[in-house]
Amino acid sequence: MRPDPPGAEQTRVLTLEAFADTIVPGEKRSPDDRAIAGAAPGPGAVEAGALELLAWDATGITDALPELVGLLNEHARAFAAEHGAELDDDVPPFVALDFGQRTALVQRLLDPGHPEKEFWVLLALFSNMAYDSAAHRHTAEALADGHPGLTAMGFAHPDSDGLWRFPEYSYGRALADLHPDTIESGSLG
Amino acid sequence: MSAAEQTDVLVIGSGFGGAIAAYHLAAGGAKVEVLERGPWLEGKDFDQDYLLGSSYTKVFDFVAGDGMSLLGGNCVGGGSVVYFAALPRAPRFVFERHGGIGRRMWPAMIDRDALDPWYDRVAEAIPARTQDWNDVSYPGGLWAAACAHAGHTANPVPVGIDTATCTNCNWMMAGCRFDAKRSLLFNYLPAAIAHGTRIRPLHEVQYLSRTDDGGYRVHYNVIDDEDYRVTVGGGVIDAKLVIVAAGAGATPVILQRSEPHLGSMPHAVGRYFSGNGERLNTAVFDEDRVRDVLGLTGPGGRPYGAFQVGKGPTVACWDYLDGSRPEYSRFSLEQLYFPPGLGTILAQAPGADAPTFFGVEKKKMLDQWRNWLIIFQMTEDDNEGVFGPPPPTGNAVRISQQMLGRGPLRYNPTPNTLRGWAEADAACKDILERDGLAKVAPWTNDLVGAYTVHPLASCRIGDDPATSALDDRHELRGHPGIFVTDGSAVPGALTVNPAMTIAALAERAMPGIVEAARRRGIEVSYGAPAPDGSTAGRRGVRDLLPGLVRG
Repeated sequence: MRPDPPGAEQTRVLTLEAFADTIVPGEKRSPDDRAIAGAAPGPGAVEAGALELLAWDATGITDALPELVGLLNEHARAFAAEHGAELDDDVPPFVALDFGQRTALVQRLLDPGHPEKEFWVLLALFSNMAYDSAAHRHTAEALADGHPGLTAMGFAHPDSDGLWRFPEYSYGRALADLHPDTIESGSLG
Repeated sequence: MSAAEQTDVLVIGSGFGGAIAAYHLAAGGAKVEVLERGPWLEGKDFDQDYLLGSSYTKVFDFVAGDGMSLLGGNCVGGGSVVYFAALPRAPRFVFERHGGIGRRMWPAMIDRDALDPWYDRVAEAIPARTQDWNDVSYPGGLWAAACAHAGHTANPVPVGIDTATCTNCNWMMAGCRFDAKRSLLFNYLPAAIAHGTRIRPLHEVQYLSRTDDGGYRVHYNVIDDEDYRVTVGGGVIDAKLVIVAAGAGATPVILQRSEPHLGSMPHAVGRYFSGNGERLNTAVFDEDRVRDVLGLTGPGGRPYGAFQVGKGPTVACWDYLDGSRPEYSRFSLEQLYFPPGLGTILAQAPGADAPTFFGVEKKKMLDQWRNWLIIFQMTEDDNEGVFGPPPPTGNAVRISQQMLGRGPLRYNPTPNTLRGWAEADAACKDILERDGLAKVAPWTNDLVGAYTVHPLASCRIGDDPATSALDDRHELRGHPGIFVTDGSAVPGALTVNPAMTIAALAERAMPGIVEAARRRGIEVSYGAPAPDGSTAGRRGVRDLLPGLVRG
């Protein structure tokens, strides 16, 4: 028996997850994960907390999300029709696209000529930030909890007081000749 | 209706242009009020945290325009709190530039020799010092070694950082937690306050109007301290003289919005904007090649893997700052740390098929983040930025509670600018990809346009009224008693970090502004020492003063 078509909340979650996964792709959480396409090893933007960040009204994009979800699925339907792709009804249209199709559509939406570009840039920006700076969490706490993005990037852990210091920081030797016009102030003369 | 508040001098903005003006005028005896749109934070308030709402998002203003986005300070101390404290002087040829106007764009009175005594004054106040190689962080050292390998020179950059207390934590964009960065919070501003200056944070000036006695009424909103989209109050202050130093992204907007009240503005208000020709490249290094080709041994015996370590920029290649090269072909290549978030999103995976700034290849690039190196190019652009009609308030329509907004700047790079960027990209690539050291690609301009952290020239000084909004003493043409002393006064791209030049121009403008204040009935005199009481800089400019005061 086929599951019922997704409700509004499920549509919102699945669609935004699929968008975030297109920006920073990750591996599926389970074999039947539809939102995450599984295009890259390791966790991606979704598991890094993209939906949590997008749901925070400090971003300024939260109120627009229902509309963006609707638009994205409309674009997905048009994209599928254009390319003769079959969309199954079990998931929202954008989620029904494969990873390559999602990527091609997002590229189109982020193109400098696209009239809605500004909104898709924001959605991409915050999806990215969830992964590469965990902007929805205190950085030290996110690191301590093994935040997937910061951890994959190799972001250093702070000292025990929660502050970063790098006592080892320099090769400690001259590595190039100075410009011949350098003056005492360190600028060029 | 109660009478408006009165002051002698009202300063809009507390960055370099505002702080220097406030200090000299207050020290000289004037009553000075400073209105700053951002919050007032200091050492302990500066978080090492990317959480939205931490100091990182409080103290920055990121305004997306059409073709260019601007990053600027938004706090007491302005750019000096968020900048990387690089303080080089502008090269000699910069002052001879013509740009697109077919004649020298700087006022005849100003060249490098004329500005050097004013640079000296700033260097005494901040203070700026040259780094030695032991101060240079791993990324700077790597850049120097790569430059040397390619036959280039490389210079440790002069900085306003106390290297003894610096921890090389690289959080200085969020404000320095360790008080190592000698921002304006440590020199001009406390000295101004000691002389009676009052600074009001979260006061965003909207426009100016005239008073009956020939002065100006300054209209401001008070901004919520957490959600900058929210206005919680407002008011007016009357002043005999106004210094506009809101930054090159905001000064022209305030003046444009004042036009219905003050009368027409000079043509150059909100035109000739320069992004300082800025562009960024991100390289990903192969550590085996760093070891084998450059012979470097870094942290824990690794050749590199230390992108996160350091203090902004530490080393620049200045070989292309050669006055004999044609205009638009001169640029500096400066190693720079840009933190995650702002510093990762626009980076493109070198050599990848599209998409390059998101997706699978970009994620692989992020996995190698510790072996990144960012090279910041400062080239000569064509002053092609133009501000459209002002937004309802402030300098942008704020999108996020802090930091992110949409502004009226349009920037369509000319072939000259594009050529300069292409030449700088090629020079970067030649150095970084030599013998397989790294792969490099420029940041994409497709998402938020080009990107500048040093907005300039949107209300510039000059001798020609058609192409400059200010005379050579920084007075707004046609509006006596309004002066502009921030980055918007700089005529064009400088090919190096501009803070030192913005500050030196503000210092140079002060004798003339003090004289104008006296003529407007303010009891004030010029001649304050450096904020710490040092006097060598003052002695150095003494002979220049008669030429700076209108006869």
